[in-house]
Amino acid sequence: MIDVLVIGGGNAALCAAISAREAGASVMLLEASPREWRGGNSQHTRNLRCMHDEPQDVLVGSYPEEEYWQDLLKVTGGITNEYLARMVIRQSSTCRPWMRKHGVRFQNSLSGTLHLARTNAFFMGGGKALVNAYYNSAEALGVEIRYDTPVARIERDGDTFIAAILEDGRRIEAASCVLAAGGFESNREWLDEVWGENDNGERPALEFLIRGTKFNRGVLLRHMIDTGADSVGDPTQSHMVAIDARAPLYDGGICTRIDCVPLGIVVNREGKRFYDEGEDFWPKRYAIWGRLVAQQAGQISWSIIDQKAIGRFMPPVFPGTTADTIEELAIKLGLPSQQLAQTVENYNASCVGGNFDHTALDGCHTAGLTPPKTHWASSIDQPPFYGFPLKPGVTFTYLGLKTDDTAAVRFNDSPSANLFVAGEMMAGNILGKGYTGGIGMAIGTAFGRIAGTNAAAYAAQRKQIAA
Amino acid sequence: MTTQETDWQTLSRTTPEVPEAVATILEYEAEAQRILTICNSCRYCEGFCAVFPAMTRRLDFLKDDVHYLANLCHNCGACLHACQYAAPHEFEVNIPRTLAQVRAKTYSEYAWPEAFGRLYDRNGLTVALATAVGLSLFLLLTVAMNGSLLHAPLAGDFYAIFPHNLLVGMFGIVFTYAAIALGVGVSRFWRGSLKSGTKASSMSGAASEAIGNVLSLKYLDGGHGEGCNEASSRYTLWRRRFHHMTFYGFLLCFAATSVATVYHYMLNWHAPYPFFSLPVALGTLGGISLIAGPAGLLWLNFKRHPDHGDQAQRGMDRGFIVLLLFVSLTGLLLLALRDTQWMGALLAIHLGFVMGLFLTMPYGKFAHGFYRSAALLKNAIEKRAPSSINLGSD
Repeated sequence: MIDVLVIGGGNAALCAAISAREAGASVMLLEASPREWRGGNSQHTRNLRCMHDEPQDVLVGSYPEEEYWQDLLKVTGGITNEYLARMVIRQSSTCRPWMRKHGVRFQNSLSGTLHLARTNAFFMGGGKALVNAYYNSAEALGVEIRYDTPVARIERDGDTFIAAILEDGRRIEAASCVLAAGGFESNREWLDEVWGENDNGERPALEFLIRGTKFNRGVLLRHMIDTGADSVGDPTQSHMVAIDARAPLYDGGICTRIDCVPLGIVVNREGKRFYDEGEDFWPKRYAIWGRLVAQQAGQISWSIIDQKAIGRFMPPVFPGTTADTIEELAIKLGLPSQQLAQTVENYNASCVGGNFDHTALDGCHTAGLTPPKTHWASSIDQPPFYGFPLKPGVTFTYLGLKTDDTAAVRFNDSPSANLFVAGEMMAGNILGKGYTGGIGMAIGTAFGRIAGTNAAAYAAQRKQIAA
Repeated sequence: MTTQETDWQTLSRTTPEVPEAVATILEYEAEAQRILTICNSCRYCEGFCAVFPAMTRRLDFLKDDVHYLANLCHNCGACLHACQYAAPHEFEVNIPRTLAQVRAKTYSEYAWPEAFGRLYDRNGLTVALATAVGLSLFLLLTVAMNGSLLHAPLAGDFYAIFPHNLLVGMFGIVFTYAAIALGVGVSRFWRGSLKSGTKASSMSGAASEAIGNVLSLKYLDGGHGEGCNEASSRYTLWRRRFHHMTFYGFLLCFAATSVATVYHYMLNWHAPYPFFSLPVALGTLGGISLIAGPAGLLWLNFKRHPDHGDQAQRGMDRGFIVLLLFVSLTGLLLLALRDTQWMGALLAIHLGFVMGLFLTMPYGKFAHGFYRSAALLKNAIEKRAPSSINLGSD
């Protein structure tokens, strides 16, 4: 019988597997996906939010614990656990040498992300390179890796893990187990169940795109909750971003973002505006817009800009639809042309002018317009005009298993001795709401290592007792 | 809007809004544009090499940009293994392969005279034929001038077989032609998308950076110094090392010939030179290096991950490597047996391979060094110029 069974194949699972192996345990890792899709949502990540008190290799300035905590407090609106959060924050300041030891390399913040140069250490080559490095390291250490191996359920004796039952019916016993199999964001039926029907008789979730892996179906998450594990996080909530409607259904990742929203207007299927596009910088607003678009008819909207905006936002992966008049653009986009022309005319007439500066919260706003546009309000009058379709893209779900500083799964508020949880499956303990870049990887790395170490310790203890 | 797949399928396969000036865009270049647009909105690979930072200095990828980026790429493979959009993802991003395909087209397109660009189409055959021509020429010449391939030992005196001036004339003409042809090709490539705005004062810095990049093979270090990918996602420095052996081995052999030329014309000191003389020492060292390097590169080439680069160019790559290997092997063999009756035959064979190499310099893999060096210089210049785009943060 193996010592530690790790279920999942992303960052948290790999950190757990490697840590358990380093602690002397024999380890098997079960990844649901085929080898070429391994790594779950970690494939799409790009950095780790790191506490540091002085400049480090790729990090400038300092990012002390308190500031990190305040940032987290702000984005979660207080739906967090300070004790666990500070634990993750402190670990983020010491985990990088360990990551390097296992092949992860860092690079300077990417162009267009200078605002993250102080707080986030970027993985060279992104998350897939990190995942590759960890798999290589795990293999070299002797971790047994099984691809195409989805787990259906867990066999327990009370709170104690006995075995994992695979979807094909096989049974794998182990002394202890780490659950790190992700959230349920790619389970569209579950999302639909949660979102239900809206006032217009639509089922909005059926129109959502999934930004990450198609393998996060939440099978074990649901199984664990259904069989009595304590849970955390609102099951009806997910992190949702406005992305290009033409993105693939799964795995669109970072490149499907549409960053031109604050530079123009956004209209719904009726050709009408519905929210302040210039409220704040796009990285601070894109998550709000996911939900806003989800509330529109057909769960779709269009960002409309003119020639002046070109070169002021990160290049989009799909080209915009272009036209020399607003009416023509409306026809090409399938929008009511008179209404769109009217919307643009009203907007143009209400722009007060001023010094336009897309790199600052400038003074260009609208007057007498509902809803207003509070920054970057500049007339849409210089052809060609561009239209980009927006849809909600789900990044991750918040529902998870409740845990503590030992990473144990808990039943009726008491910890299991040999069943642990890490990564997206428990991130909701710390991230009950909202998001800030690189925090998911910080949680996954910290809890993955804790879970792996504790799982190995339990296995060693059991051997000792048996001997 | 019920299906998300359909739009991408059509959009991804047809490159939109290609300006009329580049209406003659080719299939491979269109594919490069499609992929570079994806990369430019992702940017995760910026730390690996020069290609990605150069890409972020652009919003559109016109033909000249694609040609430039293709030659800036060292085909290290890192960005393919790291790519979240590589197959089986439907975006099917493969920068190393796509840029390799464009690169081959640039060699062919910029070749001079233009008609000879077609020699790249089946380059393995081109190399083989050029070598056959070289070998036949010198073997026949040996028989014609000496009556036989074998002869009484001549104490290593090559000029007893072929008069010095004959060799100088033959190789001088072919070498000069090769240099002109390569020069014309590279200068045509150079005239492409050079960004304006660089101050003259930063030119020397750019030049020394580019020279440093070339001599150290900077962009085979993976950005982290641990090398590039060969068979898997693991990094290795062996390609860089073997390439260094090949490149510096070649330069040592070239230096041996140059020193001998100086000896001959300026010091009036004629071959054969003793084993411990400078030309022979340089040539021997270079020859050994030029065996180890290409042998290693060939070994790596066979082990290479099948998704790297362009399989169709293996003829060109391996043909060139094998040719270099034969040049050095026959050269060392000639040195070893120069005091025997085999010298004439070996000399003819060695010169045949060298002639094959010289003939294919402007029409084979040899050209890659010149186009890549030009691209590196272009990169060093444009990164010093102020950026014309001012994107908001992502």
